Amino acid sequence: MREGEGLAALWVYLSADPLAALAATLLAWLAGLRVHAAARGNPIVNPVLVAVLLIVAVLLAAGVPYAEYFAGAQFVHFLLGPATVALALPLYRHWALVRGSAVAILVSLAAGSAFAVASAVALGVAFGAPLSVIASLAPKSVTTPVAMGVAEEIGGLPGLTAAIVILSGIVGASFGTLTLNLARVRDWRARGVAMGTAAHGIGTARALAVNETAGAFSGLAMGLNALATALALPLVWRLFASW
Amino acid sequence: MGDGGRLIGALALLLLCQLAGEIAVRAAGLPLPGPVLGMVLLFGILLARGGEPPAALASVADGLLRNLGLLFVPAGVGVIVHLGVLAEAIVPLALAVSIGTLAAIAVTGRLMQALLGRAGGERR
Repeated sequence: MREGEGLAALWVYLSADPLAALAATLLAWLAGLRVHAAARGNPIVNPVLVAVLLIVAVLLAAGVPYAEYFAGAQFVHFLLGPATVALALPLYRHWALVRGSAVAILVSLAAGSAFAVASAVALGVAFGAPLSVIASLAPKSVTTPVAMGVAEEIGGLPGLTAAIVILSGIVGASFGTLTLNLARVRDWRARGVAMGTAAHGIGTARALAVNETAGAFSGLAMGLNALATALALPLVWRLFASW
Repeated sequence: MGDGGRLIGALALLLLCQLAGEIAVRAAGLPLPGPVLGMVLLFGILLARGGEPPAALASVADGLLRNLGLLFVPAGVGVIVHLGVLAEAIVPLALAVSIGTLAAIAVTGRLMQALLGRAGGERR
């Protein structure tokens, strides 16, 4: 009886304190890096994906709701803000290269951004998704906070959008390298812009892990695509809906 | 100021840039996340300053960016909350997320490489 009470008290402590969720997140990430390295750096074995799957398995097995986990893990989540600001450094280090290819960046970004939206909407329409799901799919290649805002504005579901954005990022990070190799895109600048435009921050994390030039271009493309999509998508959507 | 002080100073600079970005975004109603504007701000500071970025800032920034993937894990786990809605429209969602994203990567990369080639010179 006393032992049971002790365990219950321990459980209450662990679920109320951020320590367990934080430790689990860091351990899962380290495991993700180990597994990634053991697979000889194969991008399909993406460390983010491995870590997420591990934590999902633990939460499901222990019956811990996501909100309870996030109450602790939010301290890691919080660092996304300063890390995004930190992308200014690779951008600064490669500024000469960026400035030299500014026109190419802007044109490919505009085309890639439009293509990402159009292909998602077309596949949604073709396979009979409800309008609210199509609206949630449209901003899927943009960084989460912008995508959620845009989705809400055009009649999507922000929560579903967040899930779609994360999954798109993981797909891009896991299979983007293979796709770019198959498409014979060898220039690091082009590879970076492609990752940042289509797979936002998770794609940028992958690009940075491979090559700093690609990472710099990817971070820039991510920021520019957030701006382009936030400005253009709601307008285009209104035209599309009235027509 | 010791090394520790410099590291905290660098972290404070990142947070201040983000804070300024968040405030500007809200005050001006800009359709951007605050941190993205913060990135532009820090970039402007580095450009105005010129030369090598301060060593402490570089080490904090590179440390964060080396583990950028980790920072997406808590949000990634959040996908489990939406499994029900995802399952309802699984075919269009799976196709748009996989084929849509990878096609966008291929199209953007090809186009950028073609434009760079035309601008002159393969710089890898």
